[in-house]
Amino acid sequence: MQTNVYVYIAVMAFATWLMRVVPSLVMKRPISNQFFQSFLYYVPYVTLAVMTFPAIVEATQSPVAGAAALIAGIIAAWLGAGLLPVAVICCLTVFILELFVH
Amino acid sequence: MESNRSIFMQGCRDGIPIGLGYFAVAFSLGIAARDYGFSAFQGFVSSMITYASAGQYMGFALYATNATLIELIILMFIINARYILMGFALNQRMPEGTPLRTRLLVGSCITDEIFGITIARPGVPTPYYSGGALITAVPMWALGTALGISMGNILPARIVSALSVALFGMFLAVIIPPARKDRAVGLAVAVSFVCSYAAVRLPLISGLSQGNRTILLTILISSLFAALAPRKSEQDTGKGGESDAD
Repeated sequence: MQTNVYVYIAVMAFATWLMRVVPSLVMKRPISNQFFQSFLYYVPYVTLAVMTFPAIVEATQSPVAGAAALIAGIIAAWLGAGLLPVAVICCLTVFILELFVH
Repeated sequence: MESNRSIFMQGCRDGIPIGLGYFAVAFSLGIAARDYGFSAFQGFVSSMITYASAGQYMGFALYATNATLIELIILMFIINARYILMGFALNQRMPEGTPLRTRLLVGSCITDEIFGITIARPGVPTPYYSGGALITAVPMWALGTALGISMGNILPARIVSALSVALFGMFLAVIIPPARKDRAVGLAVAVSFVCSYAAVRLPLISGLSQGNRTILLTILISSLFAALAPRKSEQDTGKGGESDAD
């Protein structure tokens, strides 16, 4: 029997929310273990890097445009551009290149 | 000392580009959700309360297979397990004595992108900042989902394609400046790119869902760098965020 769709949605949201707050429930103070501290220091950068590549190349219609957006984004961020400028530069790179590729 | 109100406004402002990126991605999520039998209203509600891209996509797909709630819960735990790592990273930056309420609120705001900007912001994570970003970005996520369901292909494919890199651009703005400042972070980012690319090609590991590949690689690479390039204690708070500074 098919579950009621709203019950299904509520359970999906609750299970997802639990994943977000488990650390908040169990952690009372910063962990002083040096390995764990170092591990958590690297986590954000590694996670976001893993999620960015190669996904950015696969997100666009033309992989070349995605690759160009990656390079343009890295250069812009390297030069100190903020969140919105880097995002816009990546979008424009794809838009302009795909005018020619297609 | 910045007022909570101005921190909240900062969060709202930084939530705008995230929301624009969300809108585009949610649009394609909506197109998929329609195929799985969800109405625009149902899509809107689930995006408002779940706000998890890969998780929702898999959840919608699973619904179409008449899955049980137990199966759904297990899938959500696995696919969203990276949020646990992110939650630990955020709580690590909150001093002892931080009220549980504050910890829960910051945790509740976790999405890939909001985690990114929260961790990039110097200082202790605050629900005012993350909450401002969440309140701004999530309605656009939900609206995009609903519009994707109700009018699938109204946006030209070229526009969707260009918008789809917006979120990745923001990730780059978060990780590249610290990578420039700290050679170990730079190396970790480079290694992550290479391993992530390899993981998509290699047999076995490429069979994992994207969420699980992300967790596996994050644990492996972060452990490797924690062992080879350990941080000296207490130097990591508030580090690494010129991307977001005013």
